Amino acid sequence: MAGKAQSRAVARQILAAFEAAGAVEVMPDILQPAEALLDLYGEDIRARAYVTADPLQGEMMLRPDFTVPVVQAHMAEGAEPARYAYMGEVFRRQDHRGTARVAEYFQAGYEVFDRTDPDAADAEVFALFATVLKPLDLVATIGDIGLLRAAVEGLDTLPARKAALARHIWRPKRFHQLLQRYAGLSAVPESRAALLSGAVQSDAPWIGLRAPAEMAARIETLKADAECAPIGADDVARLDALFALRCTADRAPAMLADLGIAALAPAIARLEKRLSALDAKGIDLTALAFEASHGRATMEYYDGFVFSFEAADPALPPVASGGRYDALTRVLGGGREIPAVGGVIRPGLVADLGGLS
Amino acid sequence: MSAIKLGVPSKGRLMEQCFGWFADRGLTLRRTGSEREYAGAVEGAEQVELVLLSAGEIPRELAAGRIHLGVTGSDLVREKLADWETQVAALAPMGFGHADLIIAVPACWADVDTLEDLDAAAHAFRATHGHRLRIATKYHRLLREFLTREGVADWQSVDSQGATEGTVKNLTAEAVADITSSGETLRANHLKILSDGLIHQSQATLFAARGADWVGLETPFAKLCAQLGVQTPQL
Repeated sequence: MAGKAQSRAVARQILAAFEAAGAVEVMPDILQPAEALLDLYGEDIRARAYVTADPLQGEMMLRPDFTVPVVQAHMAEGAEPARYAYMGEVFRRQDHRGTARVAEYFQAGYEVFDRTDPDAADAEVFALFATVLKPLDLVATIGDIGLLRAAVEGLDTLPARKAALARHIWRPKRFHQLLQRYAGLSAVPESRAALLSGAVQSDAPWIGLRAPAEMAARIETLKADAECAPIGADDVARLDALFALRCTADRAPAMLADLGIAALAPAIARLEKRLSALDAKGIDLTALAFEASHGRATMEYYDGFVFSFEAADPALPPVASGGRYDALTRVLGGGREIPAVGGVIRPGLVADLGGLS
Repeated sequence: MSAIKLGVPSKGRLMEQCFGWFADRGLTLRRTGSEREYAGAVEGAEQVELVLLSAGEIPRELAAGRIHLGVTGSDLVREKLADWETQVAALAPMGFGHADLIIAVPACWADVDTLEDLDAAAHAFRATHGHRLRIATKYHRLLREFLTREGVADWQSVDSQGATEGTVKNLTAEAVADITSSGETLRANHLKILSDGLIHQSQATLFAARGADWVGLETPFAKLCAQLGVQTPQL
């Protein structure tokens, strides 16, 4: 495995390429406020952050990634449009053994905050990464969480069901269990049937912070759900087909249109714009993989375009990954938001694979 | 001459049941010296040495290779050792020390019986209270792996090394993940087990340390395995 000096040398090379593309270098602190930021990460990173106590600043964490601190700094004081680059170590506790599982490693990243043409910005980031990583023989895959969100939003059913499904796009197992439940394809648990028929009598004393009113509200939600017609089996089949869709990028718009999900039209139009922008940047769409579920279980705060570059060895984590995270800017913006897209490369893995020159 | 170091719990019912299990297979384990001295002897097998340890320390001693064999709960091994199967081999479940690691919620929550319910309640709870639904436990790894696998969100674990069942009433947690055998303590604390909230069924298990120095001990180990009626593992 590459040593630190070697990883840092590669990180500097990547940083220089990002700066040459017009980015300004930023250097977020290694110690970040845990309370304000930790909740913004998905469960995976959140569980793996090193958290410590500071007598003056409260709970602090060793930065588990750069994107969230960069977004926070931009939303607080950045002028737009902005392009940022950075490199440095991130820290993540590892629950599993293995040489690829290191608790601190370098990341080099590039983030674009620009309202003018988000689809062009998607293509700009991807094409820049493709150029930087060209010396390595990596497999690139793209996806779009926005398609999945649009398909869920377009379902003809209760808003509460759509919200529950949208919340679990990241957790495929729970998502599909809920979808089965809402489609009436799985048996209602006995306890729920008893509750809805009014047969549940509990004489247990009320304990804990959750209030009786919260339980009453949930029971009302469950009753409304029980009275609502199930999601149609056709709709479930179309969603399943969407989640399973894999093809080359050039064929993706047509394949998506063939699914017959009307609500996808705007998202497909955006994908087409993005693909034209990629094509204009010289990316061969016939050699680029598109997976509708790409990054679904692993990518953290992305809500639109997603991408990764992977080595042939399946035991290695992705060499690079990134995507669009407009929602994150909304959360950190206190009422303001800006379209944002970016990604990171792991210089240590690049060095292991032979480096960039 | 080197010897196979066998670590067993140093006190209580677990120690007695453990001694009984080996006695049934022709090995006499006993304490030597006073009640307070943690030294022991083995009769009935060659090159086996007894080490008496706290059950909670046995996983770590196995991982470090300081003992070759050890008896402890399968829950403790899974909780304390990352990728436990790469560090130890389970030789035999021993049929005692049964306990279930479960998730329990207040019995008054009539709307929560499954993980699906817990997830929905946790989401609403977070929106109402501004923090994630807290689950008190000392089994952080097993709880996290289980709830991640099952796709439950908006929860966090809070550490509780004892009297975990009391945390809900004390308002330091909304639910617990703990070991139970009869469920009596849970009921006394007005908690109920989720119907699909079984994380792990634990029992006392004989483990072999992959990282221990087995050089020169292959023959006595094979003989010991034969005597105990277990397959000699690939270490």
